[in-house]
Amino acid sequence: MRIGIPKEIEEGEKRVALTPEVATQLQKLGFTVAIESKAGEAASFDDEHYAQVGVEIIEDPRELWTGSDIIMKVRPPKEHPELGFYGVELLKEHQTLISFLYPAQNPEMLKELSARGVTAMAMDSVPRISRAQKMDALSSMANIAGYRAVVEAAQHFGRFFTGQITAAGKVPPAKVLVIGAGVAGLAAIGAASSMGAIVRAFDTRPEVKEQVESLNAEFLMLEFDEEEDGSGQGGYAKTMSPEFIKAEMDLFAAQAAEVDIIITTALIPGRPAPELITERMVVNMKPGSVIVDLAAEAGGNCKLTEANKVVVKHGVTLIGYTNLPSRLAAQASQLYATNLRHLLTDLCPEKNGEIVVDMEDEVIRGATVVNSGVISWPPPAPRITVAPKEDIGIKAKQALAKAEPKPAHPLAFLIPLLGCGLALYGLGTVAPPAFIGHLSVFVLSCFIGYMVIWGVSHSLHTPLMSVTNAISSIIVIGALMQISSDSTLVVVLSTLAVFITSINIVGGFAVTQRMLRMFSK
Amino acid sequence: MNAGVITVSYIGAGALFILALNGLSHQESARRGNFYGMLGMGLALLVTVVGLVTNNQVFLIGGIVAGGAIGWVLAQRVEMTQMPELVAILHSLVGLGAVFVGYANALDHGAGIIGVEKTIHDVETYIGILIGALTFSGSVAAYLKLSGKIGGKPLQLPGRHWFNLGLLIAAIWLCGQYIEQSAAGGGIGVLIVMTLIALTFGVHMVVAIGGADMPVVVSMLNSYSGWAAAAMGFMLGNDLLIVVGALVGSSGAILSYIMCKAMNRKFVNVIMGGFGTPKSSGGAAGPAGDAGDVKPIEAQEAADLLLNAKEVMILPGYGMAVAQAQHIVFEITKKLRDKGVNVRFGIHPVAGRMPGHMNVLLAEAKVPYDIVYEMDEVNEDFPNVDVSVVIGANDIVNPAAQDVPDSPIAGMPVLEPWMGKTTIVLKRGMSTGYAGVDNPLFYKDNTRMLFGDAKDSVDAVLKFLNA
Repeated sequence: MRIGIPKEIEEGEKRVALTPEVATQLQKLGFTVAIESKAGEAASFDDEHYAQVGVEIIEDPRELWTGSDIIMKVRPPKEHPELGFYGVELLKEHQTLISFLYPAQNPEMLKELSARGVTAMAMDSVPRISRAQKMDALSSMANIAGYRAVVEAAQHFGRFFTGQITAAGKVPPAKVLVIGAGVAGLAAIGAASSMGAIVRAFDTRPEVKEQVESLNAEFLMLEFDEEEDGSGQGGYAKTMSPEFIKAEMDLFAAQAAEVDIIITTALIPGRPAPELITERMVVNMKPGSVIVDLAAEAGGNCKLTEANKVVVKHGVTLIGYTNLPSRLAAQASQLYATNLRHLLTDLCPEKNGEIVVDMEDEVIRGATVVNSGVISWPPPAPRITVAPKEDIGIKAKQALAKAEPKPAHPLAFLIPLLGCGLALYGLGTVAPPAFIGHLSVFVLSCFIGYMVIWGVSHSLHTPLMSVTNAISSIIVIGALMQISSDSTLVVVLSTLAVFITSINIVGGFAVTQRMLRMFSK
Repeated sequence: MNAGVITVSYIGAGALFILALNGLSHQESARRGNFYGMLGMGLALLVTVVGLVTNNQVFLIGGIVAGGAIGWVLAQRVEMTQMPELVAILHSLVGLGAVFVGYANALDHGAGIIGVEKTIHDVETYIGILIGALTFSGSVAAYLKLSGKIGGKPLQLPGRHWFNLGLLIAAIWLCGQYIEQSAAGGGIGVLIVMTLIALTFGVHMVVAIGGADMPVVVSMLNSYSGWAAAAMGFMLGNDLLIVVGALVGSSGAILSYIMCKAMNRKFVNVIMGGFGTPKSSGGAAGPAGDAGDVKPIEAQEAADLLLNAKEVMILPGYGMAVAQAQHIVFEITKKLRDKGVNVRFGIHPVAGRMPGHMNVLLAEAKVPYDIVYEMDEVNEDFPNVDVSVVIGANDIVNPAAQDVPDSPIAGMPVLEPWMGKTTIVLKRGMSTGYAGVDNPLFYKDNTRMLFGDAKDSVDAVLKFLNA
């Protein structure tokens, strides 16, 4: 099958859906590959590079749309500014379109694709389960966006990120607040902290605390009475209760006055972005501070942000770029093309250059929004992504409840004590004094053994066992006490006992010595 | 020699043994501890031979010399990887010794004491032989199992708990019989029947326990050999035996407890046996079902990964012992450390087939013990680790223990290499570990499988590191 990659026509879009490296790998899967002339130029991949690895260079985009079995793009199809065609209208049956499609926002396009009988796969609909991570373009793009957000912030921030003490004076480290610790948020945290800033992060999902802390950032906990967990389906956050939001806003207001840079990444799928940074907070920020609003396209987490622009309001720079991945075009293209390649690998199990849309496969099912003309979006709810948290929680609680039925009565410990006391009393009334003497030695020794062994380090368990083994051969004393008997049988038994315990004594101590000699610092 | 001197010497020996165990709890004092042990044993032997033995010295010297020579040779020849077997077989000798001493005593002390004292003495003899016999047969079974002469899978007879219960009742009933007959001067026949029962019980107990629980079994047998010695001490009225027996018995019991805790299992369940069979295949498959493929790599790529890493964690398991790979692993460690890579070892408490098995092997390969860490010490560090190398380990690095609530190993604390950047797993094939549970770690995105015999694989990696 032939794969065609048109040049992206969206203004400011520099990415391309194919790199020469990925082209080679696609050819190995049996596909032939064609690309529109200059499609990769903005991402620093020249036509020449593609031609070298055997990719056909096509001048006329129409030819690509009509003559390819599979069209791969970054952005959803759009009216061509110069040539005046849309793309979709050129498609027909047995063609496949793979791209970001945003089916929820583009119902018209979905209908048209369906009417033309094509198959369409939306990269933004790949289910976010572990197996599909390799083709999760949302994550790979979010990662880039997070990194780039920090770079943009650094560009507009008038100071160092890292603190320094120089001959020319002391420089305090920049303080960065990242709101939303999803993929983009985490990437931003990582980038900012590796540049030396003091990073704080907030997220409504408490389980990301660990991930945040693993990147050397501080996780801001909300002082909030009610337990509320913001984890929604598919790893996204859900909308929170008004009380929670109130507490959250108070926290942001306090932080805004203190930090130098705020990076917001809060998005709830299919809804306008929540307003997290109010104008009042912006006013309270220090002059020269920077806000990078990664949710600008969905209205922004700060209402003062203007999409695709950098504006300065109340002395604070607000960055509202909506297409940050495109600002790192070569990297983004490479990751996106690799995501596509992984999807094609799954679509082409025979490696014969033919794709099979297996609607039984959960990942392919999720990505496919139109299957040979039939709209298959939205997909059925994913089969449990990560085992549902609450369920496990409840199960664990039930298990715990079973394991610990009731708190024991505070005096319950007296019962075994009493039992032991009675047993000992009973024994004391009948047993001869000599036995009692031995018993006391026995019991005390058990306790000594217990106390002495408790602190043994793991690494010494083997030597400890071989030495206790050697020591327990002390029963040789028993044999020795009887070896002088007159009875031949007793002498034979005793001699045998002496013989085998001697093996044990010498063997045990010697092997312990050998082992201990090996332990060296 | 007067009785006072003998008793005082025994007190001295007892104290030396306590010091020995105490010394053994820390690396720095361990060798001194072993020396105390030898001193105590020497003192006890010397005093007993000089003070109590009145004739048959020839047999005595012969026995000690012959036995000692055999023990010495054994200790020098044994491979460190065979330590579990050696320890098991040495335990069996203590058990057998106790049986002999018990019988000798039963034959020798027919008369002289009467009434309650007689009854107590008979019970002591009886219990001593019982514990001795089951220690003996159990240790032999454990030895056979550890050395691979019989299979590692647990043997589970139908109704085995009833069988055990029957044996126990029979043993108690026979004890009553023995006391009656012994009062009349006989009872040896009863003792022999009981010994057979105890031998059966010992074998049955050990074969019913799965291979993954062998560390617990070995330390449990260690404990039994102590109790056997203590019972002998009661029988002979000798406080030194009681003290030593109790020390060893309780130390073994605590070791078993520590092992069980490391596996998050109840001691009773371990003893009841049965771990090691995949009971629920559905649960065992766990998340591996949707995890897809493993990603194999070659030795060269593994070497490159290691060279580019800053933090490397090596997680050895039984497979390293089997393949005798510890020396090469240390060569690799040295090479990487010379290049500034921080290499550490993470040891799971039940790695291998005996408590502390891995530490002994690493020590043999001269790995300094200050780069060898326990699970709890390293688990938090995994997010900072660039490459974790799992060598011949499986169950102890199985995320199913945390993620799959109905997995047979659910709740067992495990090492968490998947929290790090990359994990390289050295493994012969895709077989399951001793617990028979599939391992989702192998299917994780950041896991690479280096298939082949552990020794060959590390050899190849070392070659590429040198290149």
